[in-house]
This record gives sequence, C-alpha cells and structure tokens, in this order.
Amino acid sequence: MSSARPYLRPVESLWWAHPPYLAYTLREATGVAVAGYALVLLAGLISLAAGKGAYEAWLGFLKTPWSLALHVLFLIGMIAHVWTWFQIMPKTMPRLALGERILPQRQITAGGLAVAAASFVIIFLIAKGTQP
Amino acid sequence: MKRSIAPLFWLPFGAGGMLAALIGPALVLITGLMAPTGIGLSPEYMSFARARAFAHHPLGKLILFGVIALFLWHGTERIYLTLRDMHAAGKLALMWLCYGAAGALTIVTLAALAVIG
Repeated sequence: MSSARPYLRPVESLWWAHPPYLAYTLREATGVAVAGYALVLLAGLISLAAGKGAYEAWLGFLKTPWSLALHVLFLIGMIAHVWTWFQIMPKTMPRLALGERILPQRQITAGGLAVAAASFVIIFLIAKGTQP
Repeated sequence: MKRSIAPLFWLPFGAGGMLAALIGPALVLITGLMAPTGIGLSPEYMSFARARAFAHHPLGKLILFGVIALFLWHGTERIYLTLRDMHAAGKLALMWLCYGAAGALTIVTLAALAVIG
C-alpha cells in the first residue's frame, strides 16, 4: 500500500441528499429530534431549579404554537427512530437461537416493535393514572 | 496498536437509543403536546409543585437524569457521525463540538438536579 499518493475516489459533496443514502441521512436525522427533545426537557429542569416564575415561563413556552409544532416534529422523529432502531437491532446483535432454530431478523424486529408498542400503552396509562 | 476511543461513546449511544425507542414517543406526546394543551390530560399535570416533587424524589431524579443525558448522548453521536460523513469539518473539531456539548450539558443536568435538592 502506498501512503504517498493514495487513490481517493471522487465523492459528490451532496451524496447524502440522494437515494439510496437519503434513507441513511433521514435515519440519522432522528438523532436531532432525540437530542432536541432532551434540550427542551433540560431547559425545563433548569427553570425548575431557578424557581416558580422561571418554570411557569417554560410552561408558557410549551403552550405556544411554535413549541407545539416543534413537538409534532419531535414526535415524527421519535416514531421514525423507533421504526428504524428495531430494523437495525437484529443486524447489530449476536444471532439469537431458540433451541436449534435461529430467529430470523424480521421476527426480532417485530418483537422489538411489539415491546415498544406495549411500553407506549403502559406509559400512557401511568400518565392517565397519575393525574391530579 | 493504537486503541480507538469510539466504543466509549457507543454505550451511551446504544442505551439512549433503546430508551428513546421504548419511551420517547410517549414522553413527547405527554410532556410536549397533551399536558401543555390539556387535551386528554389535566392541564395541572406538570404544575410547579408536582414537577418540583418529582425532581425532588430520588427515582424522579434518576428518570430525569437518565432521559436527558442518554437522549443527548444518543442524539449527538448520530449528529457527530453524520457530520463526519458529510465532511462538514475535521474529525477532531466535530468530536470536540458534539461530545463537548453532550458532556457540558450532562454536567448542567447534574447541577440543576443538585440545586433542586
């Protein structure tokens, strides 16, 4: 291998904006929604530490159309994250065997999505049950 | 052989990804849409007194820290890898930017939880 003049295949700078790489870019973009939602929660936590006035200002922000639109985008990103996360999971984990049979990737994905759906319902019921 | 430090960042990435996959959509729906609008949930759901009591409890603290810190580390790992693949800037600059932000905000989260006491 020559280190003096390695061959660099020319790559178009906007490669990520075209199929098939666009699917990868969109999947990775769900990270923006996950981190963005964490930032909103962190802002709430900081205002909670700062006192009642600051916290109520944050609650006021949550009621604005800007915040509601932002959270609709976060929700779309989160759902895309759930979907893609369990598509990737069987590819990144060791093969799972039940006795002699190796579990197909499709079934692992389906199982993960089922657990996520059950978790959604449970958290929703906890929220309903802990209302003031 | 020079060891890569990348695996250090895969653990919070994976943990945050799994946590977000299991509870992310429900949390966004509850804290970002239902509680603020009062649709399907009491408008007092996230009142100051209730939020304060939640953040005061050790279990509440653990949930807040776990969700905020792991979601941040998960998201910034994806943003870092994507920006690196886009050749947006040098690898080291992107590492400092992404991991630096996640690290600093993790400390801010701990500090806010400590102030609440």
